[in-house]
Amino acid sequence: MFYRETGQFKSKYREELAAFPLAEDKVGIAILLVIAYVFIPIFGIPGLSYEFTMGAIMIPVFIFTITTLGLNILLGFAGQISLGTGAFMGVGAYSCYKIMTIFPDLNIIICVILSGLVTAVVGMIFGLPSLKIKGFYLIVATLAAQFFLEWAFIRVAWLYNYNDSGGIEGTNKEMFGLIVSGPQSDALTRYFIVLTLLVLLTWLASNVIRGRIGRSWMMIRDMDIAAELIGVRPLTAKLSAFAFSSFYVGISGALMVFFWLGAAEVESFDVSHSFTYLFMVIIGGLGSITGSYMGAALVWVVPVLIKEIGKTVFGFDAFVMENFSIIFLGVAIVVILIVEPHGLARLWQITKQKLRLWPFPY
Amino acid sequence: MKKLFIGAIMTIGTFISTIGLSLADELLVPHMTYRVGPYAANGTMVANGFTDYFLMLNERDGGIGGVKVNPEECETGYKAQVGVECYESYRGKNALVHTPNSTGITLQILQKAPEDGVPILTMGYGLSAAAKGETFPWAFNYPASYWSQMTSILSYIDSQSGLKGKKIGFLYLDVGYGREPIPVLEELGPKMGFETLYVPVAGKEMQNQSSHWLTIRKEKPDWVIMWGWGAMNPTAIKEAAKTRFPLDRFIGNWWSGAHVDTEALGSKAKGYLASSYTTTGTSFPAIQDMIKYVVEPGKSKTKIDMPGKVLYNRAMFNAVLIAEAIMEAQKMTGKKMVTGADVRLGLENVKLDAARLKELGLEGFTAPLIGGCADHENGGSIFVQQWDGSDWIRQTDLIPPMTDVVQPLLTAAAAKYVSDKSGWQTQTCK
Repeated sequence: MFYRETGQFKSKYREELAAFPLAEDKVGIAILLVIAYVFIPIFGIPGLSYEFTMGAIMIPVFIFTITTLGLNILLGFAGQISLGTGAFMGVGAYSCYKIMTIFPDLNIIICVILSGLVTAVVGMIFGLPSLKIKGFYLIVATLAAQFFLEWAFIRVAWLYNYNDSGGIEGTNKEMFGLIVSGPQSDALTRYFIVLTLLVLLTWLASNVIRGRIGRSWMMIRDMDIAAELIGVRPLTAKLSAFAFSSFYVGISGALMVFFWLGAAEVESFDVSHSFTYLFMVIIGGLGSITGSYMGAALVWVVPVLIKEIGKTVFGFDAFVMENFSIIFLGVAIVVILIVEPHGLARLWQITKQKLRLWPFPY
Repeated sequence: MKKLFIGAIMTIGTFISTIGLSLADELLVPHMTYRVGPYAANGTMVANGFTDYFLMLNERDGGIGGVKVNPEECETGYKAQVGVECYESYRGKNALVHTPNSTGITLQILQKAPEDGVPILTMGYGLSAAAKGETFPWAFNYPASYWSQMTSILSYIDSQSGLKGKKIGFLYLDVGYGREPIPVLEELGPKMGFETLYVPVAGKEMQNQSSHWLTIRKEKPDWVIMWGWGAMNPTAIKEAAKTRFPLDRFIGNWWSGAHVDTEALGSKAKGYLASSYTTTGTSFPAIQDMIKYVVEPGKSKTKIDMPGKVLYNRAMFNAVLIAEAIMEAQKMTGKKMVTGADVRLGLENVKLDAARLKELGLEGFTAPLIGGCADHENGGSIFVQQWDGSDWIRQTDLIPPMTDVVQPLLTAAAAKYVSDKSGWQTQTCK
């Protein structure tokens, strides 16, 4: 009923290949964009304070969605598992910091994109083992990358400009006369920048995935020998997946430090964060862009809301809610994986299928 | 089904809509705690001491100036990133002063404090350079910075065995906190003629220090100074005893000498030294009041054996200072509901002299503390205490820091900190 494709005829291949072939999808995306660009900036989320909405929910969710998109490209589309996501975010953050201090007048958005490119190169280097090994062995190789990079963030003092604190921190950066990053920046400005980057990166990812490169990734994922036999070069396919994924992850790392936290030290890029991003991908759904959004939102927002509601409405102690939200996340992962191993994205597909027939069961 | 669904949505909606309402007529004193995670044993004591003092004020005096205090806890697990999230969640809620309880968190929120107009009081931790009130109007590290403390410890060692030609081992937790005093050692080493052996302990290895103590045994330093925290402290003391390092030549900083660090070791840790700026024991009337009004009636999470211990008493003193600053702010502005900016002024004008300490029921508890506009650390004298196998015993009088060494270092560090920050807010003091 809601999702009826009857009567929507396509007369060209172009139309069939469009990102959103259904009119309903186009309307839905337009509504979401209007909500994100107009309603939330004006009204916030009803019931939550504006600062809390922006600083603790919206901005981090958008940033983690970019991370999840990146990891999903590698894990869900190219089938190469990585436990180094946290450290690759660190590469993005530290390289953005270095670029910013070496070229103080460079536009911060360009810094962020350059740091994504640096991360892509680093990702490709650590992706080289994937040509020889796969599965569990590749996990170990990426875990080694994680530990090596963590070590470098502590021991190579050049990376943090020999600060006494051993961390990196953002300073005020202007763009068109508006402070966009640093302690004096307005949350709303940062929100719009992060949101716009997210929209652009999603658009890019969806097009790359539907194109020739994306298809070669999926062929490698489904059966690498068969893919090789019909002409996909594993070297290009695997390394391009690592590069593309690391590009996203690096950008999200730079955004996390300079558009959300304001400062960071190595602890923000440790292995437990890598696991969190892996949970986001798995809960959201492997190989799905919508799933990346849902996974990041669920894993990030639900614990934050649990803590806030528990504290302010029920008056529980902070540490009780902390423990409770950890338990909740663990249980949620297990339950979702039992009920629907393909993640929230699959649940959404089922819902769409139901909406198509509603209100008739058949 | 449909009704149930609508009902559920309405219930959730009601809960969410109540979140936004802040509780009126309360003095909000947020407190970042860590009752979970690897540092929980220490963090729980700190959290209890801090919270109990305000609860006691609420019970005994009806709050501060007739307004109840809400010492709200935000759980960080000693993780810097979670601390930043905590900080963000207090934006726009009229928090009076932030207590990050972690140097890592302090370093990350230091830049944001001037923008939000909420001071940060890092009692006995945080950025040493914050002692310069003219450069850091919004940060305070009463009663002493790590750098001052390090010079006091060095002059204690000097008074015991002389420093010239000696080798000092520096065993530290390899995070922002542990690395903080290194500039002082680098500055003073050549000046006072001692050599420093740096032994960093990564957070992951803090319960497995055999390789670090092997280094110490090989290099044979005359003294070992420790900047440790959490499970690192008892492990280090145990390893020191095992490698037969003389414990009365092993001195911890004020975060490395608490009951939680030594109690389990008992007589094995006998002789171990640590610096401190607060006295232990429950004999003070203020602590008696806390036991009477809060701990015994079961109004807090404190167990009856906690008051009087090192970290509990120290966290209580942190709360005392904040309460005094709020009271001072109320006096200066004439308002009952003060703001963060008022409390900042209160912190600069706080007067905890001997008479006031006696009035508060804390006679002889700590050195007098007189706030100042330019000096946000206030002198910073410490004393040395020793574990006698069952309790911490104060050994020395107050040891002042080497001001002539520390002040130029602090000035240089403060200048370096602001050098790459455009639009940094400073103040001029009369």
